[in-house]
Amino acid sequence: MYRQLRHALGATALLLACTVSASDAHAAGDQAEAKRLYDTYCVQCHGVKRNGKGINAAHMSVQPRDHSDAKGMTDIPNKELYTAIREGGLAVDKSVLMPSWKGVLSDKQIHELVSYLRFVCKCGPGYSK
Amino acid sequence: MKARFSMLGIALTLAASGTANAADGWQTINAQCVACHAVKKPTVQGLDHIWQRKGPDLYYAGDKFRREWLVRWLQHPTVIRPAGVFYRKAVAAGVKDDTIAKKPARHMHLSEAQARAVADTLMTLHGAKDHIETGAAPKSASGGRIGKLFFVKLRGCAACHQSARGEGGVSGPELYDAGARLQPDYIYSYTKNPQAFDPHVWMPRLELSSRDLGRLTGYLMSLDGKEE
Repeated sequence: MYRQLRHALGATALLLACTVSASDAHAAGDQAEAKRLYDTYCVQCHGVKRNGKGINAAHMSVQPRDHSDAKGMTDIPNKELYTAIREGGLAVDKSVLMPSWKGVLSDKQIHELVSYLRFVCKCGPGYSK
Repeated sequence: MKARFSMLGIALTLAASGTANAADGWQTINAQCVACHAVKKPTVQGLDHIWQRKGPDLYYAGDKFRREWLVRWLQHPTVIRPAGVFYRKAVAAGVKDDTIAKKPARHMHLSEAQARAVADTLMTLHGAKDHIETGAAPKSASGGRIGKLFFVKLRGCAACHQSARGEGGVSGPELYDAGARLQPDYIYSYTKNPQAFDPHVWMPRLELSSRDLGRLTGYLMSLDGKEE
């Protein structure tokens, strides 16, 4: 009886470990994909260091947001970040210079980018150290 | 009778020269262009294509360019994309803003004969004709101040594109000679839906009304690269 219980517990632990590991791998994959999306579409304005100092920033009347700034990013709800990316800056009362990306990125990709922004600022809802 | 023969001779010569030109064009393109440019539509156009290509796709060059501009540019190439074919591979963090760490490679020069042959051949490539809204562009360059206002302020195009030398962002191609370089219906159609032509390209789709698209197109048609 005791041996059976030990076997069952061992199998459960193994299953949990595999599930957690698969989930970690999935999260890492999503983050790698989000990083590549950020590098493709966002860096032109938000910068290589994600600090709002992109190659186009000098030519913009409103400076792009510094995504590495935990203080500035922490109070922005994830929903607002999602809306800003999907619908553009005007949809969240910000600059027209932030365009809508819904014609380019899928909803899943936009959600991944929101999670990635939390990783970049190391702040806000959903971020865990 | 003699006249008929000479007419036939001229026609045959012209036909043969056309064939020779096309053959010469392809010969040059296959030898010197295909290492960097796709002259046939890639079977897979994922994000990898954006990251890996060395030059802009040319499989729809005949839908995009003006022939006379091509003939001139191929002999005397200038930098169209200040940060290269894909800005992300050229930029690096600078002291203040990001900088262009890797200057665009210099494009090869062709002789006049080669340039004419290559331009003729490129103008036969219509891989995006289904995406061109024929007749959608304004009949003539227009827009003036309101067009510039749209470009610079209201629609934010100048954040990524230059409409005058040194004025505007650099992650997209310069547009200060867009009117000389690009066909009007291409300007209209590409601005309306860039990803229809270049899937995954980093230019956003702005969902502009046909009126605004017309204003922007008219303005870009007026830009011929000559200093104001």
